[in-house]
Amino acid sequence: MTDVVDTGTALGRPIKRKEDARLLHGQTNWTDNIQLPGTVHMAILRSPFAHAKITHLDVSGALAMPNVVAAFGAAELGDLNSSVPCVWPVTDDMVAPDFPALAKDTVHHVGDCVAVVLATDAVSAVDALEAMSVDYEPLQAVVNMESAISPGSTLVHEDKGTNTCYVYNLGGGYDEKVKEADVVVKRRFINQRLIPAFMEPRSVVAAPMGMSDEITMWTSTQIPHILRLLIALVTGIPENNLRVIAPDVGGGFGGKLQIYREEILVAQLARKLGRPVKWTETRSEDMVATHHGRDQIQDIEIAAKSDGTLVGLKVDLKANMGAYLQIITPGVPLLGMFMYPGIYKMDAYDFQCTGVFTNTTPTDAYRGAGRPESTYAIERIMDELAAELGMEPMELRRKNWIKHEEFPYTTIAGLTYDTGNYELATARALELFDYEGLRTEQKSRRDSGDRVQLGIGISTFTEMCGLAPSRTLGALKYVAGGWEHCTVRVLPTGKVEVITGTSPHGQGHETAWSQIASSILGIPVEDIEVVHSDTGRAPYGMDTYGSRSLAVGGQAIKAASERLVDKARVIAAHQLECSPEDLDYVNGVFQVKGDPEKAQPLGAVAFEAFTAHNLPDGVEPTLSAEATIDPQDFSYPHGTHLAAMEVDTETGKVTLRKYVCVDDVGVQVNPMIVEGQVHGGVAQGIAQALYEGASYDEDGQPQNANLSTYLIPSAPDLPSFITDTTCTPSTTNPLGTKGVGEAGAIASTPAIMNGIVDAIRHLGVNDVLMPATPMTVWKTIQAAKGGK
Amino acid sequence: MIPVAFDYKKASSVQDALAALAAGGEDAKLMGGGQSLLPVLRLRLNAPSVVVDCSSIPEIKGIKDEGGKIVIGAGTTHHAVMNDPAVKSSLKVLADATASVADPQIRHRGTLGGALAHSDPRADQPPVALALDAEFTIAGATGQRTVAAADFFQGPFETAVGPDEILVSVAFPKLDGWGGHYEKFNRAAQAWSIVGVAATVRMEGGKIAEARIGLTNVGGTPHRASAVEQALVGASSIAEIEAASMHASDGLSPFADEDADVEYRLHLARVLTARSVAKAAGIS
Repeated sequence: MTDVVDTGTALGRPIKRKEDARLLHGQTNWTDNIQLPGTVHMAILRSPFAHAKITHLDVSGALAMPNVVAAFGAAELGDLNSSVPCVWPVTDDMVAPDFPALAKDTVHHVGDCVAVVLATDAVSAVDALEAMSVDYEPLQAVVNMESAISPGSTLVHEDKGTNTCYVYNLGGGYDEKVKEADVVVKRRFINQRLIPAFMEPRSVVAAPMGMSDEITMWTSTQIPHILRLLIALVTGIPENNLRVIAPDVGGGFGGKLQIYREEILVAQLARKLGRPVKWTETRSEDMVATHHGRDQIQDIEIAAKSDGTLVGLKVDLKANMGAYLQIITPGVPLLGMFMYPGIYKMDAYDFQCTGVFTNTTPTDAYRGAGRPESTYAIERIMDELAAELGMEPMELRRKNWIKHEEFPYTTIAGLTYDTGNYELATARALELFDYEGLRTEQKSRRDSGDRVQLGIGISTFTEMCGLAPSRTLGALKYVAGGWEHCTVRVLPTGKVEVITGTSPHGQGHETAWSQIASSILGIPVEDIEVVHSDTGRAPYGMDTYGSRSLAVGGQAIKAASERLVDKARVIAAHQLECSPEDLDYVNGVFQVKGDPEKAQPLGAVAFEAFTAHNLPDGVEPTLSAEATIDPQDFSYPHGTHLAAMEVDTETGKVTLRKYVCVDDVGVQVNPMIVEGQVHGGVAQGIAQALYEGASYDEDGQPQNANLSTYLIPSAPDLPSFITDTTCTPSTTNPLGTKGVGEAGAIASTPAIMNGIVDAIRHLGVNDVLMPATPMTVWKTIQAAKGGK
Repeated sequence: MIPVAFDYKKASSVQDALAALAAGGEDAKLMGGGQSLLPVLRLRLNAPSVVVDCSSIPEIKGIKDEGGKIVIGAGTTHHAVMNDPAVKSSLKVLADATASVADPQIRHRGTLGGALAHSDPRADQPPVALALDAEFTIAGATGQRTVAAADFFQGPFETAVGPDEILVSVAFPKLDGWGGHYEKFNRAAQAWSIVGVAATVRMEGGKIAEARIGLTNVGGTPHRASAVEQALVGASSIAEIEAASMHASDGLSPFADEDADVEYRLHLARVLTARSVAKAAGIS
């Protein structure tokens, strides 16, 4: 480990998560548990067609059903039929179709919302859906991206005249530089469509709050603050009259970084009906109506000298937007754009992305959002290049990666990586993995023609997280900043409130944020309450996604806590009749230097600040401080992940035998939480490689939109991961932290797939499609044997 | 995920259940542990007028050792079946197949009789019942009748149990001293079998003297691999087992799905049969 950092008393301790008892026992307010008097329940009529004209819709049959209060199609909803916002117009000429909460005359994907019914109980609402009368005239659907952008294609949105959402270019000069290369390797990788499949289905309740004009919304979201702003903008509910609360949220993975049409409908209908409205999705709805992730075709070309020195990289991406644009749909591939060069030095990089509309569920952020896709492409093609050159794949990486003494390093994509030590993490991973031993076993299995072949998969990844410097977001045309806010206040009883703008949905912020504040305030973690996810209690925040909460929000906690100590020091000095400089602050107590008997604990200072009977001149009553921090740059976690993959060549079945990862996430606030995030992320990335993949037939019908056929691995499917960390503190923030929420999911997918290809490369295989199901692997081997 | 409204009748005896079925007419539905029926109802793929709950009928629960056979009440849970000492010693392949069903929660509620009567083409126990020549006792208005396994499974989700009847018990001839193995091939621990092969063999002097083999998910009903059974007699090596197992795909016309097309399914039938037999025979 390099640069060991003193992290203070509470910082760096693997203490158990405060929030776990209530989360694990379910003794908390999940949104669906909220029961308000007079609530009406909403149920949604969804399109069974991927593309169709609504030729007839009559909701009146539902009104005749028991307990039904109201029913609406687009016509009945009228002006309340607000559109779903997209806040990232990536180019000036980006095509953005209207996305009304209820489809007006045409449906564009299976699951598109057509009508809603509201009843005094959920059962009656669902039953009443069947009493609505609706006729469709099916239209031809377009599902395949390449078909969609071919001349004469069926159009997803007739009025737009094209299925191309945008074309984005970066770089230039590859075609010139490639002339210096000895070897060029091209591949087409398919980053398949994934469904976030969080554990708690989406749920939203909106209620007019009686005497005031306020509407309160409880919703299972990652972004209560952004949601409040955007719901206000699209519905016309004055922002000051809208309070949004995200109660405990059961997972998100980016799938709850969204303003959903159902949230808009519930807010509008609560206002119109003047009573609480509630909607909780079924798993069947979730699979077609929660946004999906990934779904890119990656044509990638890498050029190198014969000694392995990289010359350049060219990426031509097609990114499936789905049928509509949601909050940051078009921007997701561009978050990956900067990361295709990975940890490697090269002289040229050309990138092009074409956003494509199809008659499928819209895509948007999913754990990693763009970076898993780019990391997959670069780490896979590095293995292909190594094979082409006859080099050991780790040697090729070592030859080209940024050396630890070269940081800070500005990559060919224009980012400046602040710190990192790829050599150190790799050395540790190789040791834990027994890399040489497994290579020996691999050779002997190959030589003996063993039915089960062994492969070693490498992923030396980095990612950018800590979204984000506001100016950078502005340059990318994103319509918001990336700062974060914190208020810290000491109550008259000495208890502390840390009020954060981040919004946890399983990550453990309540514990980790307490540790940060505790390390500065000297107050025990147990006496600190973290207040979050309620726009009525917290000042503005920018919420939780993009592994930003610690790297950005954590800095705000640190800064606000330090400012609070500064204020308290002035008050304590006044009370103790000394100058502020003469005070030490030790474990929550101000002590006069050289005379520690003369002391005042922080709680006493807070009480003095509350009574304000004896404050120094010019000091305002109450003990609180705030900070709003805009990060100076991204942070760049990295790591080396290694997977030992066994492939049964007779059946195609793949087994993950051993997984080692050494991650460098900078300074760790709580190593147990870090390890948990790594485990979950790694599992989710493995799931992309081996299990998950949302598919459609050519008519746009989902083929596996349920948890029986859309396979998500569970504990018995995965080995115990061997994890370790190194620490090169980030220099872009004062805590030295990076981010860990997405790292595992970004790193593990290419490690697994490289391992599979490595196991059967000698059979003539140089790529395997994801998910690497037994049939896919078997067919790939059969095709290679047949001398394709 | 809210079912269409239905009436619910908790039966206390077989007679009680039969009466409820008769009263409910053709839309009445029997429920064992509910592990297959409830998801179907919640997805609104079926809307019975009345659900007759058989989970509390004492006379269809329990496992009896009757000398030459083991009789398992239709309402016995998977958990009870897989942990029963008599089943484990005399019907190892049934215990193995049952232990592979779904997850512990489901095995504690789901029943053997429910799974067999549901006759899902992907289920793990029907090929065992078929291979072991189990005998099904079915009760109806006019009394009880018995049906051989070969006649019991009639199609996907279709069995010899009539709409006004109830499966009471399943009798398995004891196979003491036989080796058994259930080779399940699936994508994830809790996923359905893509193909599953139940094999049980009697060895004599290091050679296979007798074999019984059933396959699941290679057609609409479980498949008895009779040609393999015959070809295996006398086999004592992996090579001989593999050669015999090539017949596992004889006469099959499986369907294609996301997990396996026809070609791959036939291939799996052959490969997995050889593996299952080898493990049952203890030959490696």
